[in-house]
Amino acid sequence: MKITASEVLHVARLSRLKLNADELTRFQKDLNAILEYMDMLADIDTAGITASVHTTTAMNVMRPDTVRDSQELSETLANAPRHLHGTVVVPKVIE
Amino acid sequence: MLETARQFRCSTVRPTELVEGLIDKIRDDSLNAYITLDEAGALRDAKKAETALSNGSDDTLVGIPIAIKDNICTRGIQTTCASDILKNFTPTYDATVVARLRDRGAIIIGKTNLDEFAMGSTTTTSNIGPTKNPWDETRTPGGSSGGSAAAVAAGLCLGALGSDTGGSIRQPASFCGITGLKPTYGSVSRYGLVAFASSLDQIGPMGRSARDVALLYDAIKGHDPRDSTSVPRGFPAINLEGTDIKGLCIGVPDEFFAEGLSPEVEQAVRQGISMFEELGARVVPISLPSVRYGVAVYYIIATAEASSNLARYDGVRYGVRKDGSGDLTDMYMETRSQGFGSEVKRRIMLGTYALSAGYYDAYYKKASQVRALISKDFTDAFKDCDLIAGPTAPVSAFGLNEMMDDPLSIYLLDIYTIPANLAGLPALSIPCGFTGDGMPIGMQLMAPHFREDTLLGAGMTFQDHTRFHEVLP
Repeated sequence: MKITASEVLHVARLSRLKLNADELTRFQKDLNAILEYMDMLADIDTAGITASVHTTTAMNVMRPDTVRDSQELSETLANAPRHLHGTVVVPKVIE
Repeated sequence: MLETARQFRCSTVRPTELVEGLIDKIRDDSLNAYITLDEAGALRDAKKAETALSNGSDDTLVGIPIAIKDNICTRGIQTTCASDILKNFTPTYDATVVARLRDRGAIIIGKTNLDEFAMGSTTTTSNIGPTKNPWDETRTPGGSSGGSAAAVAAGLCLGALGSDTGGSIRQPASFCGITGLKPTYGSVSRYGLVAFASSLDQIGPMGRSARDVALLYDAIKGHDPRDSTSVPRGFPAINLEGTDIKGLCIGVPDEFFAEGLSPEVEQAVRQGISMFEELGARVVPISLPSVRYGVAVYYIIATAEASSNLARYDGVRYGVRKDGSGDLTDMYMETRSQGFGSEVKRRIMLGTYALSAGYYDAYYKKASQVRALISKDFTDAFKDCDLIAGPTAPVSAFGLNEMMDDPLSIYLLDIYTIPANLAGLPALSIPCGFTGDGMPIGMQLMAPHFREDTLLGAGMTFQDHTRFHEVLP
């Protein structure tokens, strides 16, 4: 196996996902098959090749630094699961 | 769309009648093509269109009902991405493409089904269940823009917008017998498109013909200061009439007729290429040696970008929240574990793995380097030809439950569509035949950056001499 069960759990934790036992088994099998397929890249000679970041020539596009209207606060918060006094509410972070 | 625009002007059909008829059809639809129907908004806009028409508006798009893939934001209309995590999300703004269509007088009739967060090639990973192919309801319409493709093919709208990250416009267009364009990266604003893989995602039009697709592309293209990947250059209007393909050079890569290609698809596509030759194009063999690595490169880059883009779904600012034990991290984990489906989780995890400490060089960096090699293959090939032709997908539409247990075999279906995304090129799928059991087959044409005019002109010329795009399911 290219990826162990404990690595799958570690990646799930990094991804902020909880896996049940069935998911763990299935994802380990799936990820393993996909990663084995991706091994084909290992043998390609890429020495000196600059990694592709942009596919067109546009780089660091800026817009003029001018004052303009933004969304109303009520609209920004319209989809928040919980909000109070113009801020989103989340479980307590610091005791 | 052109015919309907003419009918509006000689008063044989009114936009309100057309919209009412479509609403009835969509309500009775057994395909599950739509997630949300905006009946009130569509009727309101149909009345506006009637006023515009009576005032003599000559805009072809006035009163034309368009469907929008449900990962493109529509003000006041739910935008769910076919995911439980966004099932309560109602955008407070229109995506630029939607605003541009509305400005032209088009009617947004509803939001179409997709694979959850556009991750898939079958429209089966949707939280509302699969869309069915109008040509055979036991089969997939393709994906991820399967709802848009099925709606266009079944006459449940006159045109649609989809999004294409690795083939999600072209492959369902091919499976449903319609025309679909993935424009050049940066030519259509993505402001308001829910991000999946930002270096690959592109919004594009789907329609019954290259002419319809050109009309929609013309309406949505162009620079948008709200999307920093939108290219600040002039985008001349696409004028297809009078296009001549005599002397056009079409490159045919051996690599696009490889193992795994269905013989029926190969035959139809080769006949399509011969048709171009009969119409005066010159066909030359070309080579794209690195495209065979495309699927491996794509599923590293796309999942890495997805793992980062989908980090925003944490139950804080929008979407569904699941509280868990009361701890912040546990709230994130419960929200995401209950909100995302399996395919989305699989891709987030694959991308997180590819970006994680110790694996970054072997996966993400390597893939980005090979991506540069694939781009170079196309740059070299376009020195010798104006367009590249081949199949859109290696197969035609298959059964809804086939291949569900094997994600890798589904990923491999994207083999011919992925290269255009990796290189940022425009690509078009047009109908070019049918299988023995009556399922549509699509041919893919690719062009250099910003040469949508050549691409659509060739598509239109082909359709002026064939009838595949006129056959209805």
